[in-house]
Amino acid sequence: MSERPRPRIAVLVFPGSNDDRDAALALERLGADATLVWHAEPELPDIAAVVLPGGFSYGDYLRCGAIARSAPVMDAVRRFAADGGLVLGICNGFQVLCEVGLLPGALRPNASLSFVCRDVALRVERADTPFTSLAERGHTLTIPVKHGEGCYFADEELLAELEANRQVLLRYEDNPNGSVSAIAGVTNEAGNVFGLMPHPEHAVDPLLGSDDGTFILGSLVNAAAERLLTAA
Amino acid sequence: MRATILVRPKPGILDPQGEAVQSSLRQLGFSVDDARVGRVIDLELDDVDAATARAELERACEQLLANPLIESYEIALDG
Repeated sequence: MSERPRPRIAVLVFPGSNDDRDAALALERLGADATLVWHAEPELPDIAAVVLPGGFSYGDYLRCGAIARSAPVMDAVRRFAADGGLVLGICNGFQVLCEVGLLPGALRPNASLSFVCRDVALRVERADTPFTSLAERGHTLTIPVKHGEGCYFADEELLAELEANRQVLLRYEDNPNGSVSAIAGVTNEAGNVFGLMPHPEHAVDPLLGSDDGTFILGSLVNAAAERLLTAA
Repeated sequence: MRATILVRPKPGILDPQGEAVQSSLRQLGFSVDDARVGRVIDLELDDVDAATARAELERACEQLLANPLIESYEIALDG
């Protein structure tokens, strides 16, 4: 068997990101080389995928994720995504991707107004994507959430579009935040940008309760590695 | 020139903050049927004519100050 290449994956770091190192560690364990990239960088290094980590970028000022639209690195991420590059946003990273318009919809304060921090059960709606290929459709994943503003909103028209295009990849089995249609994770129309509120990078070791996060991050690492092979 | 921007959650958008405020007001004895919580942004602008300022502020609201999917905004100019 030929040696699989270790894809290089950028993990963005905004002021106030706090899950960047966990994301990098998880990606490294799953066979990628993770590179932290500061928000002020105007260009991305030569990479096979980008991860926007969780945290409180720019102090969550104005709206969660809103200030990131003026970050120089986000122009580079826009270009990377427009060329079909793989982009994954986790929690605050999901909020950023919605705010900059790379993903549809918006994230609002939880319906309960409470910060929720616990393991949740997620139903996999599609397994034929670069972010879920290791899972099976209908599979239940246990992955923690920890957020105060994870209530996904899309108006009726947008929601119908998302369902018709099968852009919902993950749904909560027991909706923790009031998200419409229990949506936990969605892709863009092209399917190369994915955002989710749960934290797969905190579920990569059974010692910490679950390693189901590897189904998401492992799928991304595999997809990134395949792209390297195709490009070679 | 000064500008004041009012940003509100659009009608129909769940506003848990507003609900908490309403319930708290009712507990204090105020007869309030509904409350919605928005945001005020005061800006000091370079001296430009009102039409230019308004056009710039519209762009600022669409790009950053409001999220048009979930929020509406009003612009008031002063001076």
